[in-house]
Amino acid sequence: MSANNASDLPKVSDRLAYNAMRNWKERLIEALLLGAAAVSVMTTLGIVYVLVSESIQFFSNVSIVDFLTDTQWTPLFDDAHFGIMVLISGTLVSSLVALLVAIPMGTIIAIYLSEFANAKVREIAKPILELLGGIPTIVFGYFALLVVTPILQYIFPSLPGFSLLSAGLVMGIMIVPYIASLSEDAMRAVPMSMREGAYAMGSTKLYTAIHVVVPAAVSGLAASYILAISRAVGETMILAVAAGMQPNLTWNPMEPAATITSYIVQVALGDLPHGSIGYQTIFAAGLTLLLITLIFNILGQWLRAKYRETY
Amino acid sequence: MQALTTEQIRAVIARGKLRDNIFKAMGIFCLSLALIVIVALIADMVMKGSERFTLDFFLNFASRRATQAGILSAWVGSLLVMLVTALAAVPLGVAAGLYLEEYAKRNWLTNVIEINISNLAAVPSIVYGLLALGIFVYQFGFGQSILSAGLTLALLILPIIIVSTREAIRAIPAMIREGSMAVGATRWQTCRYHIVPYAMPGILTGVIIGLARAIGETAPIITIGALTFIAFLPPAPFMGEPAAGLFDWVFAPFTVMPIQIFNWTSRPDPAFEINAAAAGFVLMAMVLSMNAVAIWLRYKMRKNIKW
Amino acid sequence: MQIHDHPQLKAEARNLNFYYGEAKALKNINMPIYDKKVTALIGPSGCGKSTYLRSFNRMHDLYPGNRYEGEIRFFPDNTNLLSPDVDPIEVRMRVGMVFQKPNPFPKSIYENVAYGLRVRGENNRRVLDDKVEQALRGAAIWDEVKDRLQDLASNLSGGQQQRLCIARALATDPELLLFDEPTSALDPIATGAIEELVHELKKRVTILIVTHNMQQAARVSDYTAYMFLGEMIEFGKTDEIFIKPQDKRTEDYITGRMG
Repeated sequence: MSANNASDLPKVSDRLAYNAMRNWKERLIEALLLGAAAVSVMTTLGIVYVLVSESIQFFSNVSIVDFLTDTQWTPLFDDAHFGIMVLISGTLVSSLVALLVAIPMGTIIAIYLSEFANAKVREIAKPILELLGGIPTIVFGYFALLVVTPILQYIFPSLPGFSLLSAGLVMGIMIVPYIASLSEDAMRAVPMSMREGAYAMGSTKLYTAIHVVVPAAVSGLAASYILAISRAVGETMILAVAAGMQPNLTWNPMEPAATITSYIVQVALGDLPHGSIGYQTIFAAGLTLLLITLIFNILGQWLRAKYRETY
Repeated sequence: MQALTTEQIRAVIARGKLRDNIFKAMGIFCLSLALIVIVALIADMVMKGSERFTLDFFLNFASRRATQAGILSAWVGSLLVMLVTALAAVPLGVAAGLYLEEYAKRNWLTNVIEINISNLAAVPSIVYGLLALGIFVYQFGFGQSILSAGLTLALLILPIIIVSTREAIRAIPAMIREGSMAVGATRWQTCRYHIVPYAMPGILTGVIIGLARAIGETAPIITIGALTFIAFLPPAPFMGEPAAGLFDWVFAPFTVMPIQIFNWTSRPDPAFEINAAAAGFVLMAMVLSMNAVAIWLRYKMRKNIKW
Repeated sequence: MQIHDHPQLKAEARNLNFYYGEAKALKNINMPIYDKKVTALIGPSGCGKSTYLRSFNRMHDLYPGNRYEGEIRFFPDNTNLLSPDVDPIEVRMRVGMVFQKPNPFPKSIYENVAYGLRVRGENNRRVLDDKVEQALRGAAIWDEVKDRLQDLASNLSGGQQQRLCIARALATDPELLLFDEPTSALDPIATGAIEELVHELKKRVTILIVTHNMQQAARVSDYTAYMFLGEMIEFGKTDEIFIKPQDKRTEDYITGRMG
C-alpha cells in the first residue's frame, strides 16, 4: 500500500523510493514470520478437524450410547462392538500405576534437589534426570517387557507375560524426570526470604520444605502433575510392547489390556482400507484420548488459577 | 504452656533432624533408582546385544532369520526422516520464535498463538500421527513416505524449537537491538545480522534436543502406516535404472530405528530379542550423544557469553 | 565498656569477625546488648549491620562458605551462640527475627502465628488458640484480624503483614528479637505503628534493630551503635550518640555529611 502511495506522489528523491521499497519488504517479512507462527495454530485446527470429521463418520455408523456403555471392544470382528470403556479402563489403570510411582518419586527428588542437595549433587543429578527423560519410549517398552516383567514374575509368579502393572511401573519411571524438573523449578522460584522466615523460627529443612516451600509452590507442582497425567494417558509404545494389545475391561493391573493408544498402534500396523469403519475407530479413539487430556488440562489450569501465588 | 526446657527443645530438634535425615536418604534412594534404571537398561542391552555388534548388523537389511537381520534400512530411514524434519522444523520454528519475540504486538492473535503453543506440548504424540494420517497421507497424497513422517515429527518438535528460540532471544539485552536500530537498521536487518546470530547457540541447543526427541518417536510414525519390513533403500538421486529424480527418495516407503526395534521386540522368537537389544543400544547411543552435545553446548554458552 | 549504671547484659559480641568466603565483612566487633532494651544499629549501606544482626540467629549458616570467628555470648546461661557445638536451630528457637520485607507464609493468619509453636511440637488446639491471640494482641493487630483468622495472610496489607510477622516471632516468647530494617518497605503510617510497637515490646523482650533511618533509631532505641565498613565505630546511649558523638565519622554520618 505504501509502495503504491509513494509511486503516485511526485518523486522527491531516489532515496525515498528506496525507503518505500524497504518498507514493503519489511512488511512481507513480517507476514512470512507471522505465517510461521500460525503453523502451530493450524496444527491444532488440523488435529481437531481430522479427529472430528472422521469421528462424525464413525458415529453415523455407531451410536454414541453404545460407544460409551458397551462393555466389549471388538471392532474388527463380524459381531462388532464399540465399547470405548474397555480401552479407557486400560488407559486409566496403567496411568494410575505410573502416577503412583512418578508423583511420589518425582516430588521427593524435587524437594531433595531444591531444599537439601548442595550444588555438587545437583550438578550430577540434573544430567542423570535429563538422560532418563531422553530415553526413547520404545527402549522403555523393551525394558518393561524383557527386564521388568521377568523380575516382577519372580515376585508375583501369577503375573502374565504382558501386564498393565509392568508397563505402568516403567511408564512411571519415564515420567519422573518431568515431575522432578518442573517441580524443582517451581520450588526454586519460591523467594529465599520465605525460607529464611521459616528457618528463623527454628524449623528444620524438611519442616520448611513441607510447610512453607511446597505450599508456596503448589501451583507449579500441580502443573507438573497435570503434565505427568497427559504423558501417562498419551504414552503409547511402552503399553503396545509390554501390556499386550487385547481389549480387556479390567481394573486389575496384574492383567494384560489394550489402551486407547495401543489400540491405535495395533490398527495402524494392519492394513485397514482408508474409509472403513475400522479405520474410523482410531480417530474416534484418538478424539476420546484428546478429550481426556483436555479435561485434565482444564482442571489443571483451574487449579493453578485458584492457587496462584504472588510473592 | 510454659516455655520449653532446654532438654525438651533439644528433643524436638533431634526428632526434626532424624526426619531430615530419613528424607535425605529417601531423596538419594529415588535419585539412585533413576540412575540404576539407566545403568540396568544400558547394561542389559549391551550384554544381550553384544553378539550383534558387527559391521554386518549395520549393513544388512531386515530378515526372517535373526542372525542375518540388520538395521541398514532402519538407520538410513531414520537419518532421512530427520533430514526432512530438520529442514521443515528449523526455519518454521526459528521464524515463529522471532515473530513472537521481535514482531508480535500484544493482541488476541498473539495470545492465541502463545496459549496454543504451550497446549500443544500436552498433546499425545500419537495424536500427531492421526493428524498426519488424515492430512499428509490422504489429503495431500504424500502416502506412507519419508516426507509424511518427516513433516509429522517436524510439527511434533516445533514447540520445542519455538520455545528455545524465544528463550535465546530473550537473553539478548535490549541495548543490542537499540544499538542496531540507532544506526538505521530495519527490524529485519537487526534480526538477521544481530538477533539470530547471537541467539544461535541457544537455538541450536533446542534443535538438537528436538531432533533427539524426534528420532526416538515411534507412535506417530507407526500411525501413518510406516512398514516394519523393508528390504531396500530409498532411491538415491540420479542413481539406478531409470535414474531417480533428486527428490524421489522423499516419497519412498521406509522404516526407522524405533519401528525396527518394536518389530523385533514383539516377535515371539527370543533370537530377535538379541537384535532388539543391539538396535536399542544403537538408538540409545544416537539419542544420548545428541543430548550430550546439547548439554555441552548449553554449558559452553553459559561460560562464554558475558554481556 | 561495661559501666555500672547499665542494666543487665543479654548478649555480648566478643572479637567477632565474619567472612563471606574470602571477604571479611565484620572486623573485630565488641559490643554489649542490654536486657529489655532496644539497641539500634545504624550506618551506611554495606557497612555490615545486617550481617552482624544475622549472626545472632546464625542465619549465615544457611549458605555455604560463610565463617564466623570470635564469640557472641548469650546470657543468663553464658552460651556462645557461634560455637560449632551449638545447634543453630536451638539458637533460632531462642532468638526471633523480623525481616526487611514482610514474609508471611502461604498459610492462614492463624497458622502463620501458630507456626513456631507447631515447630516446637505444640499441637494442642486450646494452647495454640491462646498463644495466637496473645501474640496477635502483643503485635497490636488482634482487632484487625480477629474475625478473619482463617484468611490467607497474603491478603493483608503490607503494614499488617509486618505486624503479623512480629506476632509470629512473639508467639514463641523469644529472648531476643532481631529486626532487620522492618519498616523500609512500609508507608509512614504503618512505620509509625511498628515503631510504637517496638516501644511497647521492650517491656518483654530485648530488641536489636537495624535501621537506615536515623530518626527512627533516635525515636525507638535506648542504645545505638554506628558501624562503618564492617567495623563498630561507636556504641553508646542513643542520646549521647546523637547529641555528642565521640568519633568524627559518627558525627559526619549523623549530620548528613556522609551516607
